[in-house]
Amino acid sequence: MTERKIIVPGEIIVSGDEYLPGEGTEKNGNDIIALKYGLSEESNNLVKVIPLSGAYSARRGNVVIGKVESINFNGWVLDIGAADTAFLSLMEVPRYVNKDALEEVLKIGDMAVLKIWSINKRGVDLSLKQRGLGKIEQGLIVNINANKVPRVIGKEGSMIKLIKDETGCNITVGQNGFIWITGKDIGSELFAKKAIEFIEKKSSSPGLTEEVEKFLKENKK
Amino acid sequence: MAEFKRPDGRKVTEMRETSAKVGVIKNADGSAMFQTGKTIAIAAVYGPKKMHPQHSQNPAKGTLRCNYNMMSFSVTDRIRPGPSRRSTEISKITEWALEPALDLEKYPNMVVDVHISILQADAGTRCAGINAASLALAHAGIPMRDLVTSISIGKLDKTLVVDLDKKEEDFEEGEGPTDIPISMTGGKITHLQLDGKINGAQLKEGLKMAKDACDEIYEIQKKALKEATQ
Repeated sequence: MTERKIIVPGEIIVSGDEYLPGEGTEKNGNDIIALKYGLSEESNNLVKVIPLSGAYSARRGNVVIGKVESINFNGWVLDIGAADTAFLSLMEVPRYVNKDALEEVLKIGDMAVLKIWSINKRGVDLSLKQRGLGKIEQGLIVNINANKVPRVIGKEGSMIKLIKDETGCNITVGQNGFIWITGKDIGSELFAKKAIEFIEKKSSSPGLTEEVEKFLKENKK
Repeated sequence: MAEFKRPDGRKVTEMRETSAKVGVIKNADGSAMFQTGKTIAIAAVYGPKKMHPQHSQNPAKGTLRCNYNMMSFSVTDRIRPGPSRRSTEISKITEWALEPALDLEKYPNMVVDVHISILQADAGTRCAGINAASLALAHAGIPMRDLVTSISIGKLDKTLVVDLDKKEEDFEEGEGPTDIPISMTGGKITHLQLDGKINGAQLKEGLKMAKDACDEIYEIQKKALKEATQ
């Protein structure tokens, strides 16, 4: 893997016959050209661009946090911050649902942790059938830029584990940038929120884990 | 050609001092500011999102929707806020200038909204708006083949100059002023307007000047994007 660098649309990332265009790139003759603004990455001759900013784009398998927008006769329409509307079908709820009273499971305005199990032409299909998914009953929701989510989670979850340990809160990170915090009191929840906002602000600095560690130690009361 | 004296002492091919910044509006998906001399434009991009009303959805590809707006305080005499005949026209022109560079095939039935606000106007606002919008679109992660750059070429009496300001736009001697805003992407023209009179040979020369100026702006835009994360 070569070093990552910031790429502007239209810029030639690499030239050569052996390279293949991946996500966010295009092949033009011998050159691989960026179609998006972001970091370029190359592995096994596959070149791709990792976006740095912009709206969330849904991917299969993502765990997201959504808000119920409306209720149909056979499911719920949720807002997950993506361009497509997201649909949770009755069949994807792991319990008996009375078809006349969908509100008993999720009301309009309720939030839930869900998983994207398929993306098709009509939009995104969500599921609640897995451990850790379900309606959010209490706690705090923080919204950050979806592209900063990997930084909040850290390498193999190191960053999120650090915040969890230091604040004593339970944190669920949705890939769409919504983060759900539950703690024993509002003080620790707000502390965890502050830490996450700190990461979002400093997301591009190297040695972020140490910095966050210092921040947590300094601000802990 | 006799040495031509510009009101602010610039060389014929010299642009005003230009700067760009990315990420100026926190709540937008992408945003940018572009400044040339006393002209300041900011652009905010929202989307891609579902197009409403539904009848204007395009199932083949995504739509680009631009909105150009001059702030009421942007000029010396306050202008009436809200859309005008001029701003509607420039919105449309901006759409046409940016569209060829964008790749919206992956966003059927969706719309990308671009809102351009002119904070301070000293001629060349549509060019500044297009430059800012192009940066904001890139910042929003919209797939595009290249950045779009825009510059206005002027003809004062018989001399071609780059990047007119308001004083030069009101030039009254000889043949008077001619204003030619040009937008380019990857060396190709996406937008060209002509306000005044010019002959073919001189237009060709003007295009060459525009290309050089656009290359200069491209570097400024590139720098702004690369520095945004540092």
